[in-house]
Amino acid sequence: MPGTYIPVNYLPVFITLVLGTLFAVGVLVLGEFLRPRRPYDEKLSIYESGNVPVGEPRTRFTVRFYVIGMLFVVFDVEAVFLYPWAVSFGAIGLLGFWSMLFFLAIILVGYLYDWKKGALE
Amino acid sequence: MELLLTIGKSVLFVAVVFAVTLLHVAYATYFERKVIGRMQGRIGPVEVGFRGLLQPFADMVKSLFKEDIIPNEADRPLFFLAPVIVVASVMTSLAVIPFFNNGSIANLNVGVLFIFAMASLAVYGIIVAGWSSNSKYAFLGGVRSAAQVISYEIAMGISLAGVFLMAGSLNLSDIVLAQREQPMGMFAVVQVVGFVVFVISAFAETNRTPFDLPEAETELVAGYLTEYSGFRYALFFLAEYISMYIMAALVALCYLGGWALPGFLTRALPFLELVPGIVWFLLKVYAFMFFYFWVRATLPRYRFDQLMAIGWKILIPVAVLNMVITAGVKRWLM
Repeated sequence: MPGTYIPVNYLPVFITLVLGTLFAVGVLVLGEFLRPRRPYDEKLSIYESGNVPVGEPRTRFTVRFYVIGMLFVVFDVEAVFLYPWAVSFGAIGLLGFWSMLFFLAIILVGYLYDWKKGALE
Repeated sequence: MELLLTIGKSVLFVAVVFAVTLLHVAYATYFERKVIGRMQGRIGPVEVGFRGLLQPFADMVKSLFKEDIIPNEADRPLFFLAPVIVVASVMTSLAVIPFFNNGSIANLNVGVLFIFAMASLAVYGIIVAGWSSNSKYAFLGGVRSAAQVISYEIAMGISLAGVFLMAGSLNLSDIVLAQREQPMGMFAVVQVVGFVVFVISAFAETNRTPFDLPEAETELVAGYLTEYSGFRYALFFLAEYISMYIMAALVALCYLGGWALPGFLTRALPFLELVPGIVWFLLKVYAFMFFYFWVRATLPRYRFDQLMAIGWKILIPVAVLNMVITAGVKRWLM
């Protein structure tokens, strides 16, 4: 078909993904025919060290996890910028080197601020 | 027609890789129990088959025949989906690993990045598992686990930037070939700081001791796995071991020279070239697997706040510094 682009390099990756998913689903379905099924209420209740579950299971948790999540986004983007820079390092010369240091310096200011504010505790 | 042939070949290759990996995973559990048993003055599994060699299969069959308990309160579609996400994403990252020269399912030029992407997808599985179980232990375990994995992924990613600087590529095969003329034929010598950061992060990424807090029995029962049983539990277990193998493979490929031998060795002893590359690769991978078990038998577990402090306050600055110094050395001294 004209105009249809098939990224052949990624075809095996797609096949791996499909087969991996099929494997996971497959063994679960296969197990369905083999395993016993004798449910009763106590067995199906949520585990809470043998007590009857108290209150909402989705409790509130510390806001720090959100901060960690946001920090992760910042640093992950940093890493994504670092990779192409590292790969093409030989070609981009001195300007490329100092640009990255400048970028890192900006990140560093934020990082030190976070540390001071106790976001990393 | 040509496309069909490519697809057929890939399907076959993938099936072989999966089968071999699953066999290795089965015996990794045996290997682990033997090693830890010996280190603790026990003998490990001996009953099933000759010297307990059939133990992994007994375990597999047993978990296949176990009742699958789905709590009433659980969010069923998500509860079903979580193990599938984890296993599928972990198995997909096997696609880019070169087991020998030109021996990867897909020789992507963004190899390492792809493994990171898949590792990030597995985090969704963990979060979904914790949330859908609708249990306090599972929920807190899931949140903690996700926080741990994403924190160490950064340190790991930045520590590898040093390797990319040295190799000038993200492709795992190129990285292996770039190491042949390095001291000892491995980046682990010149990139020793990055190597140490990477290894520590690898332990945290795969939830292994001393960073196995998501499964810290003493405080959170089994973390996000609390409500899982039978083969669904086995799938998480499987994913954990496959990702241990992937981390070991990454260490072998990026720092220990992968399937290649150091240049000086093949020049001195040319007959070593006749040994298939996969032998060296597996030797390196198993050396690292042994290290995993050794550490598990030796070190106690960290507290969660200590874990986060190590990741954010030590490993990340060290990794960034290592990268800047590598870049500087490469710019002016090489």
